Amino acid sequence: MNRNTLFSLSLLSTLVVSTISYAANNDLVMEVELPRLNVAEYHKPYVAIWLEDSNRKATQIALWYDKDMKDNEGKKWLKDIRQWWRRIGRKAQQPFDGITSATKGPGKHTVLIDLNAKQLNTLADGEYQLRIEASREVGGKEMISIPLSWPLQTNEFPLKASGHSELGNIQIQFKKD
Amino acid sequence: MKISKSIKTLLTIGVAMGLSFNASAHRAWILPSSTNLSGETPWVTFDAAVSNALFVFEHVPLRLKQLQVQDPTGKQVDIQNPHTSKYRSTFDLNLLTAGTYKIGIASGSLRAMWKDENGKRKMWPGRGQSANDADFTKAVPKDADSLVVSRSFRRIETFVTAGEPSEKVFEPTNSGLELLPVTHPNDLFVGETAKFQFLFQGKPAVNTKIAVVAGATRYRNDQNQLDLVTDAQGYVEITWPVAGMYLLEAEYEDDKAKAPATVRKGSYGATFEVLPL
Repeated sequence: MNRNTLFSLSLLSTLVVSTISYAANNDLVMEVELPRLNVAEYHKPYVAIWLEDSNRKATQIALWYDKDMKDNEGKKWLKDIRQWWRRIGRKAQQPFDGITSATKGPGKHTVLIDLNAKQLNTLADGEYQLRIEASREVGGKEMISIPLSWPLQTNEFPLKASGHSELGNIQIQFKKD
Repeated sequence: MKISKSIKTLLTIGVAMGLSFNASAHRAWILPSSTNLSGETPWVTFDAAVSNALFVFEHVPLRLKQLQVQDPTGKQVDIQNPHTSKYRSTFDLNLLTAGTYKIGIASGSLRAMWKDENGKRKMWPGRGQSANDADFTKAVPKDADSLVVSRSFRRIETFVTAGEPSEKVFEPTNSGLELLPVTHPNDLFVGETAKFQFLFQGKPAVNTKIAVVAGATRYRNDQNQLDLVTDAQGYVEITWPVAGMYLLEAEYEDDKAKAPATVRKGSYGATFEVLPL
């Protein structure tokens, strides 16, 4: 048995004895920063956020793309959110109800994650990767992965990560009432 | 040049046995503008050519007369805007159905090589011509010097996918050398290992020689060709060293032909796109 397994087992046992549970209307607040880029031609990036289990089964959290272009032209570039397209996008019908929005410009953006939403409150316990992938027309592509365990451990929050090119700082915490 | 007779013999045997894939031959290919597409009813445009450098239009176009396209349901569909110019052919395809399309040329015929009474090499059908088996007896002198008659198959193809990759177009036709994917050809990523099975006349093509070369050969000094051989079940595994467009070529040969042929040959070429992570 390796260290990781031991670690997750101990986490599981902690769970059983302690009372980590979320309030009935519990949300996660995710802050996603898109950097201001000094480029001649700037297009707001396409961004996908999803949860992936250890078998790469994916659960969509958010999708930002040019959803209001005529003739659904904006969908043509969804494949460029390449890892997301492979794991979830190409299998799914877009837009995802309630979690799809228009692209966003430079700055800090907030994504509310409803932990009581059906696709989340039925998730199996285990280790997950929260992935944030941004792809910009005539620009670059970057993906950030943040490991987390499910059910969420309140003492692991806030979760933080930073991008290098297409993504800035990412922070996730429980919503304060 | 002084080469001892025994080395010469060895060299000759090596060449005759085809120990390595014939890298000097011209390469035929069909190059898609994209292999993975999103959006509603996307379009793909293709170039088709025969060349040395990949994927450069420099020699002759690949003729489109025998080109066939299978949609994700297995139905034959038409290409749009076909044109053959000096160095290449081009055409467009509208992906009206979600899934994987197969775009390719497949042919098979008797072929013969011999020497005429003056010792000159002859072949039937002639270069660039297609053969009709019924013409064999009158086109090929049956007691000619060094006559080799083969049952030869050739296949050149590529695959593109709208939305989620599908499997229908990979149902084998059991004619010639064919690729049966374990890894879907539109799901290839750098650093990952893809597994394919090769079939000849529907049976595992054991010891098929495979050469894999990434495009943009013009901009490097080494071909960086991967030479591989299929195993006892016809499988081969390829780990993609870089992202890019690749040409995979495969050659199979055995002596299980029916008369008048004495050898069976299958050649296969496919263009694959390997994406970065």
